[in-house]
Formats: sequence, C-alpha cells, structure tokens
Amino acid sequence: MNAIVALFARIKAVAFKELLQLRRDRLTGGMIVGIPLIQILIFGYGINMDVRHIRAGVADAANTSMSRSLVSQLEATQVVHFTHRATNVVELRRMLNAGEISAGLYIPADFERRALGHDRPLAQLLIDGSEPGVEGALRALAMIPLRERPADTAQPQRPLEILTEYNPERRTAVQIVPALIGVILFMTMVIFTAISLVRERERGNLELLITTPVRSVELMVGKLAPYVLVGLIQTTLILVMGTWLFDVPINGHIWQLYVGASLFIGATLAMGLVISTFAQTQFQAMQLGFFTMLPSILLSGFLFPFDGMPRTAQWIAQVLPLTHFNTVVRGVVLRGAQLGDLTPALLKLTAFLVVAVTIAASRFRKRLG
Amino acid sequence: MADFAIEARGLTRKFGSVLAVDHVSLDIERAHIYGFLGPNGSGKSTTIRMFCGLLRPTSGTVRVLGHEIPRESEALRTKIGYMTQKFSLWDDLTVLENLRFMAQAFTLEKHRSKQRIDAVMEEFHLRELSGRLAGAMSGGQRQRLALAAATLHEPEMLFLDEPTSAVDPQSRRDFWESLFALASRGTTILVSTHYMDEAERCHRLAILSQGRVVAEGAPEQLMDDLPLQVIEVQAKEIDRARQELHGVPRVKSLAQLGLRLHVLVERGTEDAAGLVREQLTKANIDAKVEATRANLEDVFVAATLREPDDEVKKSAA
Repeated sequence: MNAIVALFARIKAVAFKELLQLRRDRLTGGMIVGIPLIQILIFGYGINMDVRHIRAGVADAANTSMSRSLVSQLEATQVVHFTHRATNVVELRRMLNAGEISAGLYIPADFERRALGHDRPLAQLLIDGSEPGVEGALRALAMIPLRERPADTAQPQRPLEILTEYNPERRTAVQIVPALIGVILFMTMVIFTAISLVRERERGNLELLITTPVRSVELMVGKLAPYVLVGLIQTTLILVMGTWLFDVPINGHIWQLYVGASLFIGATLAMGLVISTFAQTQFQAMQLGFFTMLPSILLSGFLFPFDGMPRTAQWIAQVLPLTHFNTVVRGVVLRGAQLGDLTPALLKLTAFLVVAVTIAASRFRKRLG
Repeated sequence: MADFAIEARGLTRKFGSVLAVDHVSLDIERAHIYGFLGPNGSGKSTTIRMFCGLLRPTSGTVRVLGHEIPRESEALRTKIGYMTQKFSLWDDLTVLENLRFMAQAFTLEKHRSKQRIDAVMEEFHLRELSGRLAGAMSGGQRQRLALAAATLHEPEMLFLDEPTSAVDPQSRRDFWESLFALASRGTTILVSTHYMDEAERCHRLAILSQGRVVAEGAPEQLMDDLPLQVIEVQAKEIDRARQELHGVPRVKSLAQLGLRLHVLVERGTEDAAGLVREQLTKANIDAKVEATRANLEDVFVAATLREPDDEVKKSAA
C-alpha cells in the first residue's frame, strides 16, 4: 500500500472512531445541538449599553469654521471619536462597511445655509446598526443642542438627521444572533476538542496509540476533522434559527460566511489543541476552556461594544479570535460586506491559527517523546 | 551470530536526577517468553517503553528485531504488539469496533483485517461478546480483548506490561495458556510481572531492582545458583523465632510464609541448619529446622537484598 493512501486511511480510522464515540455519547451529542438552540433563545433578547469613544469618520463637504465647530462639539461629548477622514459619503460608507468606523458624519456643502433655516437637518449621521449599544448611543448624540441651532424654536427639531445602516428597525436580536455563531463555535470547538484529546491521555488510550503506526499528526487531524463538521452544522443551525425566529437578514454571500467560519473553526480547534497539551485531566481542560471563554465573550464585542472598552481590554481583545470573527460575521451577515473588505480581520484570524498550531504541534510531539 | 529478538547494552534512562533504568544489558531469544520480575518502580515499564521506542534512552543501545531503537522505531511499529498496564482500548466502543479500529490503525487490508478479526475473536473467545461495550466487561474479558488487539497484526514480538494485575486466578491461567500458544508459533514475548508464580513460568527471567538487573537466567538455574542456603523453620512461636534470628551474623534475610520462616544464610556457612537451631534452642523456642530448596521468592529476596547496604554506603559517603 502506498504511503499516502496509508496515511489517509489512518486519519480516516481515527476520525471514524471519534464520530462513533461522539454518536455514542448522548449528552455531548445533545449539547452540540442543544447549546445553540438554548443560547439563541436566551440571547435573542438584547442588552443596551452606554457607550463612549465610538470610532467615527467625518466627511466634511462644507469645510467651514462653522462645520469644524460642529465636529469639535460632537467630539467634546466623548460619545464619538473622529479617527477617520473621508472626502465623500461613498468613502464613509466603505469605512463603515469594512468595520473601520461605527459612525460617519456627513456634513453637506450647504451646511451654513441649512443652519440659517429651521426646517432641514444640519448634517447626516450614518450609524452601524450591527453593533449593540453603539447605535443607541449615537442616536442620543443626534439630539444634542448645538450652538449653530439654538433651541429657541417652538418645535425643537433634531439638528442631525439619522441614517441607521444595516439594521433600520434597531432590533437587538439582529445584532446578537450573528455574533452568537462565534460564541457557540468557540464554546464547542475549544472545550470539546480539548476534552476529547485529554480524555485519550487520561484513559491511557494515547499510550496504546503511540505504539501503533498512527503518527501524532494523523492523530491530531483525525481527531479534529469531525469537529469541523460539528462546527459547520452548528453554524447552519444558528443561521436557520436566526432567520426563522428573529428575521435576521443575511445581506452578504453565505459562502463567504462559511469561509470565515471555517477559518474561525480552525483557530478555535487549534486553541483546544493547545489547551489539551497543558491539561492533565478532563477537569483541567474544562477549567482552561472556561478561562479562555469568559474574556472572549466579554471582550470580543459580542455583548459590549469594542469601542467602549478601556485600552488594555482592547489590546487583550485583539488577541482573541472571537473579536475578529465577530467583525467578519457582522460584516457579512448584516452589512453585506465582501471578504475583501474584511481582510484585516481575516489576516488576524489566520495569524492566530498559525501561531496556535505551531505551539500545539511542538508541545504535542514533546508529550509523546 | 546468534539471532536475538532483543539485544540491549548499557541501556540507561534518567528522569531529571532520578536514575530509572541503570545500565541494563540483556539478550532475549526469539520465540521465548522472557519475564521482568520486580517491585513497582524497579524500572520494568521504563525499560519496556525504551524497547518499544516510546522513550529515548539517556545512554546505551538496543536492537529490537534487528532495528536500531529509537532511530528505526517507525519500522518496528508494525512488528510489535504492546499491551499496556492499564486497559487502554476504548471503553465506549464495542469489542468489534475496538478491533476494527486497531486493524485500521495498523492499515491491514480489508480482506486480511476481516480474517484476522475473525481469528482473534475465535482464539480469545470474544465472539459472543462482539457487540459488548469494552467498558461494560469484566477484568478478564478486557484482558482477552487487549491481547486480541495486540496480536491482531500478527506481531513478531509482544510487550506485555503487567498484563494480569486486574485479573482473577482462572483468567490468569487461561491467559498464560494463550501466551504459550503464541510462543510456540514463534512469537517472542516480554512480560513484566510482580507475581512469583508467573515469573516461574517464563523461559528466562530478569529480576529488576532500582533500575538494575540484579539477577538473570532461567528460573530453575536462578534457584540452583542462589549464593545463599535456605533454612526452613516451622514453629508455633514464629514471631519470636523471627525476632531471635534477626541480626544474627551470617543470616542475610528472613521471609515469613504463614507458619514457616525462610532463613537465608550465607553459602559456605558450615551446618547452617545447626546454626539456626542453636539460636532457637538458646531462646527456648520449640521449632522444626531443616535445609530446603530455594524457591523463586528466595531468589528475589536475595537478589534485592544488596540494595539497603548501598543505601547505607551512600548516606555515609
């Protein structure tokens, strides 16, 4: 038998055994389907937060001292922080789409003329409705009284016109459900794989396996392959549930979502693998899994807006794959973004995957020697 | 040149500063059952793991079935079968599923795999258990399954690490019958144990203590060559007899077997039985004293005796 054929035969043997065990383990099997179902129902109800320092872009077509004064007044509220400059609305939209900014202020060329009248809004605020918290904070911002428009009129009017992009009805479920894909994948991938590998060591199976011709790479690939399948099933389940129960629109290409999800599954599996090389018992693997899960859920922008977090927390969040996957999934599902727009997030996910696999492979080999 | 299954020379393994295996040199003949006898922590498992290429020796060399280990351990994989101390097949798979997986792990072709699974199920009486989960079986049944899995690919050599530690006496007997059958078909077997009766069944035997081979040879030969005389004492006041004989010059060791006491006296002592009898008479103990043939336990006790002396030397230095 040819060496490559033998290699794949052994990987297939390990993967098939894993599936057999997974099928026999009713509780774990139930958890694969049960966790997404329960989570999606629980998180379907939203949480809104007070937010500061939202990254924003400005396209100032008027470019007068008056328009610059408007920008600095908005900046002074600390709700937004203008990090990006654009020349027109199209560019502003592109930044919004790529997730670089969460809000865009468009000041039209006739800004000063609008300020003299009382019937038309002064400028336009584009809001990313896909992130929870952000959208509400910006909406409040639009109500602030401005010097340019003293509140002396009988009928106070909003000085800024609001345009909520991607989530016009402002439903929290729309923001939460897509991000739930990442959270659930994270939970199952990291913990299930870590446990399934540690279990083999704890029960002594590994000691037997390393005396067979099965190599450690074959064992790793064979054990992880079934979980890629599990992850894709879960992704599909959440998308279907999200569409049926919460009318979450899928604005982007679904295949692009699966590409992003596969990359994320790879990253989390590798993370599970790394954990399995540290943990001696299934209990330790579980503990380590939860230890990595909590910061991921809190800091990834799943519940709390990324921009509202202190600087240190943002740094930590940059290391977590869930942060970047959330950018991808919200981008594709809600903003209809193309993968090309999301290159930075995808690159960071890839980097994480490469680093984690390297660590896992070097540690895994040592274990056997 | 004699064709040995295993040739080990000065095999040594350290774990940090602990010397687990200390210059082990031995030859194991093909189609023999070779025993490793020793207490826990004597280096039996570590030595076996080095033979299989699972552990890298700190120094020394070993050739297994003509392969330089650990350099050629990949080539060795398909030629050896390994049975771990603890049951290490999958509890949540059935007998048939476990065997099928092992056949695939050794990449047996479909036809041969089917034929071999049939053969081992027959040989180890597993047919009626084929659909049973391994986790739901008794110690003896699991052990049969483990041996079936280890012999599935018809290895030239079997490594069995304390295979009978969780098994009842009847299963142990059956197990040894299977081992003899395998050896008669040409399989070399290395088995570690801490049971004297099992060690006695081996063709050849090495007694390990604190990582060293302290005695090596056929069991009969080891018993004959014992450098001590064995005096058996039978007495009612066996405890007092034991106390009286403790520390007497030329008495190297005492081992109690029920109401009998085996007294190991230095060889060359004239009338060893007389010496023992004299001691007991002095203490007013009524006892039956006679010289007897050494058993394997005496060999074991004598072989592991030197160790405490070394300890003393070490701490004095």
